[in-house]
Amino acid sequence: MSEIKNYVLEITGKCGKCPSHLMDILIAVQNKFRHIPDEAIECISKELQMSKVDVEQTASFYHFFTEEPCGKYTVYLNNSAVACMMGRDKIAATFEKEVGCKFGNVTSDGLIGLYDTACIGMNDQEPAALINGVVFTSLNDQKVKQIVSAIKAGKAVNDLVTEFDGKENAEMKSEVKNNIRKRGPVLFAEYKNGASLKKLNEMTPDQVITEVKNSNIRGRGGAGFPTGLKWDFCSKAEVKERYVLCNADEGEPGTFKDRVLLTLFPQMVFEGMVLGGYAIGSQQGVLYLRAEYTYMLPRLEKLLAEMRTKNLLGKNVAGKQGFDFDIRIQMGSGAYVCGEETALIESAEGKRGEPRNRPPYPIERGYKNKPTIINNVETLCSVVQIIDKSSAWYRTFGTQYSSGTKLLSISGDCKFPGIYEIEWGITINEVLEMCGAENAQAVQVAGPSGVCISPKQFGRKLDFEDMPTGGSIIIIGQQRDLLKDVVLNFMDFFTDESCGSCVPCRALTPVLKKKLVKIMDGKGVKGDIDELVKLGKTMKDLNRCGLGQTAANPILTTIENFREKYEAMIKEPKTDGVYAFDMAASVKESCDYAGRKVIIHN
Amino acid sequence: MSKAIVATASLAGCFGCHMSLLDIDERILKLIELVEFNKSPIDDIKEFTKQCDVGIIEGGCCNSENVENLIKFRKNCKILISCGECAIMGGLPALRNFIPVSECLEEAYLGGPTTGLCNPDKIIPNDEELPMLLDKVYPCHEIVKIDYFLPGCPPRADLLWDALVALLTGGEMKLPYEVFKFD
Repeated sequence: MSEIKNYVLEITGKCGKCPSHLMDILIAVQNKFRHIPDEAIECISKELQMSKVDVEQTASFYHFFTEEPCGKYTVYLNNSAVACMMGRDKIAATFEKEVGCKFGNVTSDGLIGLYDTACIGMNDQEPAALINGVVFTSLNDQKVKQIVSAIKAGKAVNDLVTEFDGKENAEMKSEVKNNIRKRGPVLFAEYKNGASLKKLNEMTPDQVITEVKNSNIRGRGGAGFPTGLKWDFCSKAEVKERYVLCNADEGEPGTFKDRVLLTLFPQMVFEGMVLGGYAIGSQQGVLYLRAEYTYMLPRLEKLLAEMRTKNLLGKNVAGKQGFDFDIRIQMGSGAYVCGEETALIESAEGKRGEPRNRPPYPIERGYKNKPTIINNVETLCSVVQIIDKSSAWYRTFGTQYSSGTKLLSISGDCKFPGIYEIEWGITINEVLEMCGAENAQAVQVAGPSGVCISPKQFGRKLDFEDMPTGGSIIIIGQQRDLLKDVVLNFMDFFTDESCGSCVPCRALTPVLKKKLVKIMDGKGVKGDIDELVKLGKTMKDLNRCGLGQTAANPILTTIENFREKYEAMIKEPKTDGVYAFDMAASVKESCDYAGRKVIIHN
Repeated sequence: MSKAIVATASLAGCFGCHMSLLDIDERILKLIELVEFNKSPIDDIKEFTKQCDVGIIEGGCCNSENVENLIKFRKNCKILISCGECAIMGGLPALRNFIPVSECLEEAYLGGPTTGLCNPDKIIPNDEELPMLLDKVYPCHEIVKIDYFLPGCPPRADLLWDALVALLTGGEMKLPYEVFKFD
């Protein structure tokens, strides 16, 4: 029997031949064979009793699954906007020179593959790359040379990291820095692990829900749905088999707060899931962790095991008779859209991460088609503090309609990129002062899917009343070309990350991008700006999920707030009504190919 | 009142828009009362002999001659109209915009099933009398300023008629839904 077949039999056996574990199986195959061979797909489909195309469609969906071998060592260099601002292109050139192949390729001996990837959650320490799951940050030429020569010498990538920021990162052998700049009053408030779960003995599920409701907390992932209401709806569902999902797929470029929470307070995240489970009457939780954070997985698994031995998971959790709850971790494999809750559910079930039609909402039919709550990492941590310290305490922070605090992931052109816990209601001007950003030409609030605002609006507040955010704040300095360095990068990102299900998202996103490039090339005409706006509206109206609905936002919000930048690039006709047209450049390719001279008649 | 002078051209088009113009049937007699044609395939006048009031352009620009021609029209016509899908958006010819020019030439003259055998010397036409192919097909309004756009593939005869009459008599133009509904 071949090695591939043997291995597939072994891992499918471990998963009980269950199709819902397809992601785990494919991840294992990819890691071992450095690609997903056709033979493995055939064997998996046989073992799981699925059709081959069903396996193929999952395998072909995710960025980190490859059809061809991607190298014994695979370098995924981040190419997000902030990475590029921080010198990604120069680093890429050094990688290419040292490794001896171009990006998108593998060396001829199959040792090293170089690939681009979207934001890996390290915007505060770019340029950064993932190499076989290990994160390398603050890259410079020197460092790249060292890494590549060590790899060529056959060293394990894990051993290349020697300096650690704090004991948590040391445990994970990760060189990621936490970069905590401001410890706020909620998430960084003193907390004794396990304290919230002890309270379950004196609280009914309804009391937990009421307390969460009274806190007025709204979801911290970006959509801002009231958490207490979500839990309440789910607890009243007819079906008794229910699930708690934690969304740790923080893929919005510029967000890295969940990385820090999962590093510093992982138990709080898990306790939040237990609280949710108790409140809605669930026995099983799933933490969906983005592939980029695979380096955290062993530590998180170890923590889950410890919680089981301490009776903080398992039967009669924390001594509460009749309440059984456990948690498993589901790894993603590189797909921004899986941060959308229904796509996340699909992915956790082992399928392509395609958003579902809503309704029904997950509270009715979610994971495995059962009632499900999905909460963001930060929401769950906040809930733990709310249960531990009371909703009244929580409401003392923030504003009337936006209670509590928010973790901001600040990156870009500022002196102090990193994590800030602020109370809702802070203005952008205050944020800029806090992070040492002088002379910003624009601020991207809530990531590419959010808004790009101009200095005129820096007096606006971060809260649900004015400008909500999932936490991503990108500062864009005067030295940047806003359209080229930021908007175009974001449009590339959305083009890559569209799942392709809705036609406007699949087809119009590249059209919008091309029109933008046309304008940037000086070939745009006046009508093009208005047409971008019109197409953008179609995107909002006709796409199913948040990704598609907001994919035009980089263009729409910059047209709204920086229209003059677009207009300055629009070509105007001369007085005779003729636009400038570079005939020689336009006919060059065809003339070269036909072997004729370019002759321009005037 | 002296007659308005009209010029027309088919650039990278199929002459379908011109056919549609002829499709106004007996109204063509009224048209002749209203206008005098100058440079146009309709009367086969090859070059402008005077300044015109209205230029009607069918087709986009796929080669150097189209561009030169279009610029001539802009310089010689007070009002320039993009007529039909190809003039407005590039139309069918613009399907090649997604394919490199060299690949298009290869397919057309070397590798295509109908040309492979009859072009044994593998020549890509290169006489300097021939127009040069542009890198892609451009809609007219990206080359010159266009004053009006008449949609359709082709625009219906009624639309063309109404538009011309409205323009020449200063009346209001009727644009019922049916005129834009193509299937």
